[in-house]
Amino acid sequence: MTNDSYEIWDEAFKKSRLRDVSFATMSGIALDPVYGPHDGEFPGVFPYTRGPHASMYRSKLWTMRMFAGFGLATDTNGRFKEIIRSGGDGLSTAFDMPTLLGLDSDDPLALGEVGRCGVAIDSLADMRDLFADIDLAATTTSMTINSPAAVIFAMFIAQAEERGVARARLGGTLQNDILKEYQAQKEFVFPPRQSMRLVRDTMSFSAAQMPRWNSISISGYHIREAGSTAVEELAFTLANGFAYVELARQGGLDVDAIAPRLSFFFNAHIDFFEEIAKYRAARNLWATWMRDHYHAQLPKSHQLRFHTQTAGVSLTAQQPEVNIVRTAIEALAGVLGGTQSLHTNSMDEALALPTEKAARIALRTQQVIAFETNAVHVADPLGGSYFVEALTSEMEIQAEAIFAEILEMGDGSMLDGCINGIEANYFQSRIADSSYQLERNFNNGTRIVVGANRFLEGNDETDLDTLRISGADETTQRARVARVRQDRNDDEVRRSLALLAREAADPEINLMPALIDASRHMVTVGEMMGTMAGVFGRYVETASI
Amino acid sequence: MSIRVLVAKVGLDGHDRGIKVVARLLRDAGMEVVYTGLFQTPEMVAVAAIQEDVDVVGLSMLSGAHLTLVPLVVAALRERGSDIPVVVGGIVPPSDISLLIDAGVAGVMGPGASGASVVSTITEAANPA
Repeated sequence: MTNDSYEIWDEAFKKSRLRDVSFATMSGIALDPVYGPHDGEFPGVFPYTRGPHASMYRSKLWTMRMFAGFGLATDTNGRFKEIIRSGGDGLSTAFDMPTLLGLDSDDPLALGEVGRCGVAIDSLADMRDLFADIDLAATTTSMTINSPAAVIFAMFIAQAEERGVARARLGGTLQNDILKEYQAQKEFVFPPRQSMRLVRDTMSFSAAQMPRWNSISISGYHIREAGSTAVEELAFTLANGFAYVELARQGGLDVDAIAPRLSFFFNAHIDFFEEIAKYRAARNLWATWMRDHYHAQLPKSHQLRFHTQTAGVSLTAQQPEVNIVRTAIEALAGVLGGTQSLHTNSMDEALALPTEKAARIALRTQQVIAFETNAVHVADPLGGSYFVEALTSEMEIQAEAIFAEILEMGDGSMLDGCINGIEANYFQSRIADSSYQLERNFNNGTRIVVGANRFLEGNDETDLDTLRISGADETTQRARVARVRQDRNDDEVRRSLALLAREAADPEINLMPALIDASRHMVTVGEMMGTMAGVFGRYVETASI
Repeated sequence: MSIRVLVAKVGLDGHDRGIKVVARLLRDAGMEVVYTGLFQTPEMVAVAAIQEDVDVVGLSMLSGAHLTLVPLVVAALRERGSDIPVVVGGIVPPSDISLLIDAGVAGVMGPGASGASVVSTITEAANPA
């Protein structure tokens, strides 16, 4: 913190373009853009505890980015268009389990899973259907994909370019956070170090050619959903972020070339103030570490920007309408914590993927916060609260203690610490321990969940319609990928897979061009991933409870 | 003698929070618990259950593939001459419960099931009346 924080903020704020709305309460009391003593911290000024931008939501509300994906690419394309029609302003793609694991829909292991948890993507043909009639230069697109991130990224670029949208104009985010897969989400294919090579390739490729693209969304969301505490979510996620920075530096990239394109993804759980403190602590810790440990110079390298999703695990199957209330409270925590983008879960998601109506209510929840509550006019509205400031500091202290443990596992390297910690089951066992503690509290009644262990009247009413994914989709998609294989040029397929195998064996080569080439020749996700697995090997987790 | 349970993740879904919690709950209730890890096929589950001589198989499902994969686990056991009961826990819409029971499943535990109900469902499956 510097003593001229106020002057820096004031100058930046005056230069900001503001939305054309009234920044006043319902009684007409004019609101300042931020409150606090002039010798305190300000948003848009290092260490950014109070927000990455000086004017925050006065210039731009968060992106209402609704996560969607199910069935065939044409089904999800329809849902995307509905989201855009309803006022959502960013797309976020959920892929099905076979795609997440790099398997084609006709793989025997994909049986029963095609299109269930997300959209099935096998080849460029599906990618074309997924984004048909959507203006890719005007909409930002987020893709929740990790092990096959480089492959899906390549297919996305290939389909955009054949429609005449140059890669440099594409804006969006690749989740591409493989470390948390081994720690929490468990959709891995290759061993950690080989996977990290693909992360490096996507980072350096987008740094060089795609200035509007976020190459990694460093995700605490799944760590939390898997059962961690808020402090563990905070610490593990930032540690993973530092690991990617070290990875980029090892690959010869300048920290300021890649750090501005790293974004974060946090959970918004039901513990309202702890969540807000977590986001504030995350911004402060990231800025401080990026400056002091990694010597990043650019303000953009210090500014932590993040997407938020409300907590899926906080939803109940019992009295599902109550989930609308939980989601609203969680979403408000994300907004008061200064999120840049937000997904709100639907009330029916403890049972199935959401229906269109449930998803619309979830989006409406964000719109109520954004346009009715006036909660968006003042940056970091809880900054200066004795409580929230103390909680923020305590979370920083506890996160630093976890950083020290991870650094020790890596002999001073966060990158090695994260990988060694995965191999030593450090992250996985901490998460499982925290999750079990929470479960015990639920079972002994010290943690109350409305409808699940208290206030059960109404639990018998089960009239909520849930989305049904037709088993016919799987048959259709299998036939579709078979047709793609039939119609393509086999010589080109063989040539591009041979090139991919050759280049995969040389860790100095960036694999993105070979993957884009293969995508254009209708090589499937399963074929590219299988070819790379032939070089990289496959990861098998040691089972533990 | 304590009840022996195999808990398993079948299919491609990596969400293992629930299965780990259930495994610890059952262990703390005095049962012997075997967990074979992620990405098991129905055949792998059946073979492991028979080899380990368990009293109950518990499947943890989230991905929506339960109507396809759960009956395959039951069939893989029965084809091998085993009558080990199979119970299912996880994200199962209420309307699917009767379909799973018809497919030979001994019990279904949905989201929000208490620890006590998990233990009693497994105990009842192991000791049918």
